[in-house]
Amino acid sequence: MKFLRKKVDKIKPHFEEGGRFYFLHSVFDGFETFLFVPDHVTKKGAHIRDAIDMKRTMIIVVGALMPALLFGIYNTGLQHFIATGQAQEFWPIISYGLIKVLPLIVVSYGVGLGIEFAFAQVRRHEINEGFLVTGMLIPLIVPADIPLWMLALATAFAVIIGKEVFGGTGMNILNPALTARAFLFFAYPSWMSGDKIWVSGMMNGEGIVDGYSGATLLAQSATGASEFVNGLGEKVSHLDMLIGTIPGSVGETSVIAILIGALILLVAGIGSWRIMFSTLAGGIVMGLLLNTFAVNAAMEVAWFEQLMIGGFAFGMVFMATDPVTGAQTNKGKYIYGFLIGFLAILIRVLNPAYPEGMMLAILLMNVFAPLIDHLVVQQNIKKRLKRSVSSAKS
Amino acid sequence: MFSKKNLKLLTDPINKDNPITVQVLGICSALAVTVKLEPAVVMSLSVIFVTAMSNVVISLLRNTIPKRIRIIVQLVVVAALVIIVDQFLKAFVFDVSKQLSVFVGLIITNCIIMGRLEAFALSNSPKRAFLDGIGNGLGYGAILIIVAFFRELFGSGTIWDIQVMPEKLYQLGYANNGLMILPPMALIVVGVIIWVQRGRNRELIEE
Repeated sequence: MKFLRKKVDKIKPHFEEGGRFYFLHSVFDGFETFLFVPDHVTKKGAHIRDAIDMKRTMIIVVGALMPALLFGIYNTGLQHFIATGQAQEFWPIISYGLIKVLPLIVVSYGVGLGIEFAFAQVRRHEINEGFLVTGMLIPLIVPADIPLWMLALATAFAVIIGKEVFGGTGMNILNPALTARAFLFFAYPSWMSGDKIWVSGMMNGEGIVDGYSGATLLAQSATGASEFVNGLGEKVSHLDMLIGTIPGSVGETSVIAILIGALILLVAGIGSWRIMFSTLAGGIVMGLLLNTFAVNAAMEVAWFEQLMIGGFAFGMVFMATDPVTGAQTNKGKYIYGFLIGFLAILIRVLNPAYPEGMMLAILLMNVFAPLIDHLVVQQNIKKRLKRSVSSAKS
Repeated sequence: MFSKKNLKLLTDPINKDNPITVQVLGICSALAVTVKLEPAVVMSLSVIFVTAMSNVVISLLRNTIPKRIRIIVQLVVVAALVIIVDQFLKAFVFDVSKQLSVFVGLIITNCIIMGRLEAFALSNSPKRAFLDGIGNGLGYGAILIIVAFFRELFGSGTIWDIQVMPEKLYQLGYANNGLMILPPMALIVVGVIIWVQRGRNRELIEE
């Protein structure tokens, strides 16, 4: 570590004002504060700086995503080997999964960070940390077979239109990772929905077992199947849904891996338990409502199954809790989360054209989050005003 | 006719006083008719005709219209012109007229036209009003055509219904962008045009 510190100190003058590489100073600053916790102290007033800064926060979130990512890599390989009818051995599965998933991560980070760096140089501000998490989220919410140029385009769209035009990290209205997914969903629907794309290797169709179907459980519930089956027509147990050995986007299938991530976020105090809790509550309430008034197979899918399939768990833990785009007030967080869960199941079940309601529900509530906060704050002001007036009278 | 002052009437609305990107008027039709280039061009020409002619007519009548009923007079004039355009399109370019459907009729409610009548034609000579109408129509049309160009190129791979994206690209895995065909993308493209324009022309940036 000492050695690295010395090295960094040695090249630092080149990047300071008047130095040879001054035009790259924000890049340098970004790397320096990434490697070492900056020693900035507050000079005026009584402020306490939290020991954990943005970069450290973001790294913890990336860490919390690791279980989902690792399982996603495994599952990508597993689903491919099941579909092609090959023996399912551990290492070939992992290596196939790595070949499929790693390029997604590289492209997402490469494009996104490239744009972030370019904007930091042009606008002369420091490089924003936000993309560290976004860059990891994007590969986890797309199917493994998505063409890389589409992913690159969606990432660029999300960073430029979703974030930079609003002023960069912390100013965006919509969650950038979901913006990228929504872009893909509407721009290239044939690569983002249907039966063929969720299992890696089905699109070119080589070596797929006869009669194999790659439909996700969500797609099955939308088409009114009475029970969930895997590609070979065998029944999918609840344990399979929990572990996540089902077709789907890279990181969204395993409820257990996502819950481990949720635990990390909650212990570290980064993810809001209020949002997670109320999203879950919203999902359960809508699920129960639909079950009670069920008139077709999609509405009869048990409420606890609704929570386990599709992107519900992933969205609840990693997307809804985004501190920038979510509600800020405590009461607002309950309302915001509840409506996400409520709407996600509603969209999913009652609109078969959009089986993935979680994405749309979160994006919709992102837009409404400032309004919710405003109402909560205004209500509080009114309440206190009333109190002060009544106490003044007495 | 083309003194410097008059020329300004013609060129200002195209760039720094553009009805769409600066005054942000007439957005609805910019979203609706820009999926393809052909309807966008026809729509632009129609709007140029209506703005110019209605400006001239209202300018000629400006001293005889009682102030209290001027809006209804303006509407009558614009409606008459729009009906002429509508019938003309139906007679000569029926396909495009069908694509534009209700939006030709809705030129009546186009805020740009009413805005120019109120703000300019009522207080200027017919000649100047004519130039102003042409200029604003052109400014509107320019943005429409730019938006339609990008939406058709990336949404359908064609320009003026002629395939321009090479077949080779599709074989390599390229696909048309479905989002470009949806109305929200028109808004985003207009937004990007505004961004570029303000980046180049600093005086347009508000505090």
